[in-house]
Amino acid sequence: MFRSMRDAKAGARLSFTFDGRPLTGREGDTVTASLLANGVTACRETPVSGVPRAPYCLMGVCFDCLIVIDGIGNRQGCLVPLREGMRIETQHGRRQPEEMRG
Amino acid sequence: MKAVTAIDQLAESYDLVVVGAGPAGLSAAARAAELGVGVLLVDENPAPGGQIYRAVTTTPVSDRDVLGADYWRGAEIVARFERSQASYAGSCTLWSIGPDAAVPEGGGFEIGLSLDGRARLIGARQLILATGAQERPFPIPGWTLPGVMTAGAAQIALKSAAIVPAGRTVIAGCGPLLYLLAGQLAAAGAEIVAVLDTTPRSNWLKAAAALPDFLRSPYLAKGLKLMAKARRSLRFVGGVTGLAAEGADKLATVQVERGGSVETIACDTLLLHQGVIPSVNLSNAAGCTHDFDTVQHCWVPRLDDWLSSSEPGIAIAGDGAGIGGAESAALRGEVAALGAAHRLGRLDASERDRAAAPLRAELARALRGRRFLDLLYKPAPQFLAPRRDETIICRCEEVTAGQVRDTAVRLGVTGPNQMKAFLRCGMGPCQGRLCGPTVVELIAEANGTTPAEVGYYRLRPPVKPITLAELAALPQSEAAVKAVVR
Repeated sequence: MFRSMRDAKAGARLSFTFDGRPLTGREGDTVTASLLANGVTACRETPVSGVPRAPYCLMGVCFDCLIVIDGIGNRQGCLVPLREGMRIETQHGRRQPEEMRG
Repeated sequence: MKAVTAIDQLAESYDLVVVGAGPAGLSAAARAAELGVGVLLVDENPAPGGQIYRAVTTTPVSDRDVLGADYWRGAEIVARFERSQASYAGSCTLWSIGPDAAVPEGGGFEIGLSLDGRARLIGARQLILATGAQERPFPIPGWTLPGVMTAGAAQIALKSAAIVPAGRTVIAGCGPLLYLLAGQLAAAGAEIVAVLDTTPRSNWLKAAAALPDFLRSPYLAKGLKLMAKARRSLRFVGGVTGLAAEGADKLATVQVERGGSVETIACDTLLLHQGVIPSVNLSNAAGCTHDFDTVQHCWVPRLDDWLSSSEPGIAIAGDGAGIGGAESAALRGEVAALGAAHRLGRLDASERDRAAAPLRAELARALRGRRFLDLLYKPAPQFLAPRRDETIICRCEEVTAGQVRDTAVRLGVTGPNQMKAFLRCGMGPCQGRLCGPTVVELIAEANGTTPAEVGYYRLRPPVKPITLAELAALPQSEAAVKAVVR
């Protein structure tokens, strides 16, 4: 879990949802940074054993920050800037065939 | 600088495409553009700076002392690039490098780019890869638990979003970044309950031979200041021989071994770091030859004096060419740019050599003392090839050290590509970035051989994920259509 440091420059606030919960983040932050700042500890469950996983490297290398953004899965949250109204969801394991058809 | 914000704004082809907007890529692109070369700089991050100067133009950190003067120096490198005529595509991912079918071999490349959900193939006569470094994998039991991150990740969070770990934080590992980060996080108000140093004590003896150069190096004063500051204000634990992160669904404690004694520290965040290694995924997939550097203990591309790789037309600058730090990265970027400008006919050999001479002198100075750091902070064997069988080494496919060891011995697996076929390690989304070095280490140890003999994964494009929709929407050439039509 993370928190903002003192004296950080305030930016414009953007609204987004995480698993349906309304949250706000700073404009200019990535999706992952916004979730960390909101105290979100895990962003996905692994496809192999289903255990919770959180962002690890924040530089596009580890792919542990994979998340569903506006209905599209496997996005690297640490590389995607937060946008107003984004619908962000936990990525649950591997994709199921019924999700593909939708 | 000309900003490219949509994929259709890209030209059909550029003289030079530089990949990565850290100090090496920014300097290479600026220098080449100043020489009249048509340059495109692509970078997957939203703002220039790379990792070392991450968000230097956009950071919300207002107290300049928190990140230190070295960080702010990056602003000048970005400013020079912005004054140049180069094109810049941020948030743009390069996913493939292939030969350009339209020109004779070595005459140019076709590169695959993706920006905002749309892909394109464009031409590049020359390439400079400046994709930098990644943190060396640090596989310990429990390193996949939420709450465990790399030290670099915490630094990126600080620089780009002005956020710091909340609650009890432990920093563990070895290398200069450990002290720098401890100092920065403490200054930013994080509660650092311990700094656990895993530097093997025997390394001091091995590094001693390289000490004279280090004593004359720019690293010395900086390093001593960092260490003194960190040691003065933080709990510092040396001689750590074993680490394990523990917790149910997230980190709760870290278990610390020092020789025979074990201590358990309750914490909310554990930041791991044992140095950085070149990011080789792109250069490997492009077919460049790599060698195992036994001093830096990592794979590095084989390069000539102009940082040209074994693949004609591809040069590699910055930490991706071997770890040298920010200052040397910028200088190497300029040297690579001079080489590329010469190959493009913009500079004759004597002009190129004359321009490179002062850069080379600076580079020698910037790299002096590096060997001492490499030898001192070489990770202990048990942190390169984990002893405990249950340690996950492939985070994507959740393959353990025990599985790799067992498969190497029982089935006589001698290389990582064969191991991949048996265990799927390296086949997840990170494409081996987080397991490759450890798999190689474990195979080498099991077979009583060396990483150099074991080799590395053979990587292939796409080196970054793109969607099927992006691929399917690419315009097809006549040759490409003919290739699949019966």
